[in-house]
Amino acid sequence: MDGEGQTKKFMFVNRKVPYGTVYALESLEVVLISAAFDQDVSLAFVDDGVYQLKDGQSTDGIGMKNFSPTYKALGDYDINKLYVEKESLEERGLSVDDLMELTYEDEDDDWAEKSSIILVSRDELAEVMDQQDVVISS
Amino acid sequence: MAMLHIVNKSVFERGTLDSCLKTSLSGSSILFIEDAVVSAVNNTSVSDKIKSELSSKNFYVLTPDLNARGFTDADLIEGIKGVDYDGFVDLVTDNSNVQSWL
Repeated sequence: MDGEGQTKKFMFVNRKVPYGTVYALESLEVVLISAAFDQDVSLAFVDDGVYQLKDGQSTDGIGMKNFSPTYKALGDYDINKLYVEKESLEERGLSVDDLMELTYEDEDDDWAEKSSIILVSRDELAEVMDQQDVVISS
Repeated sequence: MAMLHIVNKSVFERGTLDSCLKTSLSGSSILFIEDAVVSAVNNTSVSDKIKSELSSKNFYVLTPDLNARGFTDADLIEGIKGVDYDGFVDLVTDNSNVQSWL
């Protein structure tokens, strides 16, 4: 293998409610694996995908593992751009306050704790999406 | 005959609930399970549509599925009842027939 590889922008788009299907968990696991490759990774939560970040998930009653805490670990893996679409929240009667608090420590700013969630409009998300080298949608 | 209609996909993802509402008779019961439970939460873009059916049909949500997604019975559209798995069984036995919509 010669020299350093090129860094690419990877975006993982999430559009499904968690637990009813396995898409949310599978996508999150791929994201964690991608962290090992030092690429420019971001996530987008659109349509029903916003429910993946909903706080207060309690899964004992359905006998499945609550994997929502895993989103909180993303910051430690340098994955700190989680785009959440405004219109998707509004259609569902939700606001950013209904979501989990996801943060990272900015090494360029004295390790200040900042929010990883970036609230964007549909139009803004379209622009960001268009800039990506690789988009994986689930 | 009172049919129990079971819907398991989110109203925002699939037209199942719309088809179900259009093809269910007055007096029938509609149960939301799995991802469909988010359809029954209050203040969404579809809440008014569901509210307009409350007077003619009985609506239920499987509470464990609701809790898994971060909601409680208190978040439901008023008039929709949460049931647990035992309640799910009761609904099946109390109704004449069951349709689990794809």
